[in-house]
Amino acid sequence: MASKNLKLLTNPLNNENPITVQVLGICSALAVTVQVKPALIMAISVTVVTGFSNLIIASIRNTIPPRIRIIVQLVVIAALVIIVDQLLKAYVYDVSKKLSVFVGLIITNCIIMGRLEAFAMANKPWESFIDGIGNGFGYGLILVIVSVFRELLGSGSLLGYQLIPESLYQLGYKDNGMMILPPMALITVGILIWIQRSKNRKLIER
Amino acid sequence: MENLFDLFVRNVFIDNMIFAYFLGMCSYLAVSKTLKTSVGLGIAVIFVITVTVPVNWLLENYLLKAGALKWLGPAFADYDLSFLSFLLFIAVIAAIVQLIEMVIEKFSPALYNALGIFLPLIAVNCAILGAALFMQEREYGTIAEAAVYGFGSGFGWALAIVVLAAIREKIRYSNIPAPLRGLGISFILTGLLAIAFMGFMGIKV
Repeated sequence: MASKNLKLLTNPLNNENPITVQVLGICSALAVTVQVKPALIMAISVTVVTGFSNLIIASIRNTIPPRIRIIVQLVVIAALVIIVDQLLKAYVYDVSKKLSVFVGLIITNCIIMGRLEAFAMANKPWESFIDGIGNGFGYGLILVIVSVFRELLGSGSLLGYQLIPESLYQLGYKDNGMMILPPMALITVGILIWIQRSKNRKLIER
Repeated sequence: MENLFDLFVRNVFIDNMIFAYFLGMCSYLAVSKTLKTSVGLGIAVIFVITVTVPVNWLLENYLLKAGALKWLGPAFADYDLSFLSFLLFIAVIAAIVQLIEMVIEKFSPALYNALGIFLPLIAVNCAILGAALFMQEREYGTIAEAAVYGFGSGFGWALAIVVLAAIREKIRYSNIPAPLRGLGISFILTGLLAIAFMGFMGIKV
């Protein structure tokens, strides 16, 4: 039992990564990765919502009438997101302002709906919870990698701490302003996919 | 009128749903394999956004925002129901998509069959909810502005998916390195398209 659950936690990190393999949850992964701190907060929020919505839906899966399945799922997810949003506004207001609409968009984050349909509707609550957390971690991993590159190369800092020393700036080094702009997020993820599929040849299409 | 046209152009080219805000990426990447399905999905998205954004604007201004309930009576002027926005917006979107599905099925069975599974999937397309949330954030003054904003965003999204589908069809027989094939090259292509669209910044109509 324990090793099967461990697989649920580790598979989404590489082989079944929600972003690079399942192609879910891309929207927020690109938009919030300008700096590491919002990316981390977003990753934690999505992990919490995915885990708990998986848990709740798996607990009531046998009592949901099939015709209103999607509505029930959306209501559960929306309620959890409202709670997360209020918590974020209360405890990390500056980050919540940076995330703006993307906190609300966790509701339509395909990872959550995807895992509910693919896993929670057919499995027991505890396993579903672990699966939700695992997919949240996989999502968070990509978010952190992309945001580290973008913040380091785009602003020379990490988590707000200036990492590139002043002396380097005086020698003529300039921050790559392009990294902060949206297009580079897309290209960075493209390159990440390239690297992942070179190492893991099973994931190559066709 | 001039203001509305400027709003439309701005949302198609500069604040493009895909290239500036990445909304609706999942279905964008999944459906852009062929041109035909992309055109179909694009039209469906334009339709849904143009209908849902004004309806949500009405909800926002007469029910949800701080002081919105004053038409019910002075006792209600202090109520601020904006924390219910997410729930109500997504409920409205799901309901309207269901309605549009029924209308299309009745009036044009051919279009209904062509769209297939994509129509119900639009309910969870982040572009739709995103458009509603941006409308709320930007506090548009009139319903006309909200409607033009909705139409512009939908049109921008449709434009983006049709362009990418056309390119992907063309490169199907190109020599792309194996690990980049499919998803990887789509990301890089979309990134390059986004850089191209950045050229529209500063456009004044």
